[in-house]
Amino acid sequence: MGKIDSAIREIHQVDSLASRDSLLTGIAALPKLLVTLIYIVCVVSFNKYDLQGVASMIVYPLVLMIVDEIALGQTLRRLRVVLLVVCAVGIANPFFDRQIVFTIGSVAVSGGVVSMITLILKGVFTVLAGFLLVSSTPIEAICGALRQIHVPKIFVTLILLINRYIVVLLQEGHRMSQAYALRAPGQKGIEWHVWGSFIGQMLLRSMDRAQVLYESMTLRGFNGEYTGDTPEKISGSGVGYLILWSVVILALRIFPVFALAGQVFVK
Amino acid sequence: MHMADALVSPAVGATMAVAAAAAAGYSIYKVKQEDDPKKIPEMGIMGAFVFATQMINFTIPGTGSSGHLCGGMLLTALLGPYAGFLTMIGVLSVQCLFFADGGLLALGCNIWNMAFYGCFIGALIWRFATKKGVTKGRITAAAMIGCVLTLQFGAFSVTLETLASGITALPFTTFLAVMLPIHLAIGFVEGLITTAVLCFIEDARPELLWCPEGNPALTSPGKLSRKKTFGVLAALCVVIAGGVSLLASANPDGLEWSMARLTGSTELEAAQNSVSATAESIQSATAFLPDYAFKQSDSVLGTSVSGIVGGLIVVGVLLLACYAFRFFRHKRAGH
Repeated sequence: MGKIDSAIREIHQVDSLASRDSLLTGIAALPKLLVTLIYIVCVVSFNKYDLQGVASMIVYPLVLMIVDEIALGQTLRRLRVVLLVVCAVGIANPFFDRQIVFTIGSVAVSGGVVSMITLILKGVFTVLAGFLLVSSTPIEAICGALRQIHVPKIFVTLILLINRYIVVLLQEGHRMSQAYALRAPGQKGIEWHVWGSFIGQMLLRSMDRAQVLYESMTLRGFNGEYTGDTPEKISGSGVGYLILWSVVILALRIFPVFALAGQVFVK
Repeated sequence: MHMADALVSPAVGATMAVAAAAAAGYSIYKVKQEDDPKKIPEMGIMGAFVFATQMINFTIPGTGSSGHLCGGMLLTALLGPYAGFLTMIGVLSVQCLFFADGGLLALGCNIWNMAFYGCFIGALIWRFATKKGVTKGRITAAAMIGCVLTLQFGAFSVTLETLASGITALPFTTFLAVMLPIHLAIGFVEGLITTAVLCFIEDARPELLWCPEGNPALTSPGKLSRKKTFGVLAALCVVIAGGVSLLASANPDGLEWSMARLTGSTELEAAQNSVSATAESIQSATAFLPDYAFKQSDSVLGTSVSGIVGGLIVVGVLLLACYAFRFFRHKRAGH
């Protein structure tokens, strides 16, 4: 049940972040979506030993988090899922890749350790980029941007419908789980002999809800497609945002910016 | 099984996105061909349903642990392969956007690993098992075999995609030996839950189950034929196993490949040299830590103390600039 609670809380949290009045929320969704994609591609394209290059990509999430006033705690919580998966894959690297690539004093650092840290950084930065997109852009606006890049209408409609009904069904699942837990105290999860009826009842109610939804949508003129979604206009600030960040991200990807900045002070 | 962006290279991510987009395009065409406007809200609700049920834990008998539903096979048995596949894409997209469960670049991989096998291979198994009518035994066989097999396919693909991306130092067989048994257990649990739900539906509302034999649109020649599907699968396996791995090893990423095509080098030496020369002239006047660097600073890491100092300076300047920007913005808003 804690899982459902936290899922509902996270959805509300992202919704409220995206509907704030901030510098980033004022920019059209399409430039933000494109910048996010460019950033993710550039981050993951670094060589697995290029720790310095990957580290320099911190610039984008760092600037946006401060400028858009997103709390660090909120963002760190998003990392728990991805860090688990990434660490599980990366943890083997120090054991299999033992070639020494550099030393710090008397401590030798192997390629496996470097590639593991690089992988973790890549995971953190790409998740942050995704979170910064959804925390500054309502899902309807993201779907509008998807339409602008010609993602099929049926698919966009589907995302909007799933998004709209997710909380309703999560709450229903929460109520059912809570009712079950109250009748079976101290039991972990749902017992196997009621799996079918538990989910089955929920499924039947969902199908009935889909029927009611379809009828109400038909009464409002639905003919298989949403027609009211007008694409968001991209203002000068949106174009500026796209150009500025694209240049910065590509520069960080191509040039060793950190090393160049350091060379000014260190010979 | 959700793959994060960090686990895929741009080449693998793009290839899988193209493969997933092709399957999605065909599915959209098939769903449109069915011309059932009721289907869209049904798919939306079912997507939300799968999402919600994934949050409910089910006790696994005799283990003390719990598992959850993935949904691909269940959606196929209720909506058919095409609508089920599109619904799973919707679920994966929302998971990726809202919960950072799977990355944007890795979305194609995740669609392929979890939705494609679950819905299309699952549909073949469901169709074969229920050919002579739907009974509890056939539902059990289809759901168990379908869930176990499609999860094994998915786990195999995750291994291939991760290795082709050059992410892990684990040998292929070792990685596979870790991935497959874990997903065998997960598939078995999912199969049990899916069986229980489908048997309940068969008792309560059997008309909700997908029956391709009863639908002429899905049984006419050429529609989801096994030969065609396996042909496409085989071709894509060859592309992924051969083409992408070669591309990944010879050209680690598309950007470096483009740079090599443009400049003849993957490092943009000329550009770097000119910038370095300018930096060097400024450096002689500003260096406050001369002749100080880590041992083997020209190693594969390509870093030195200058990189660390530079990083700290860049980040420090950025922090100052951002906080100053925020301060003046608030000040202006206050007026």
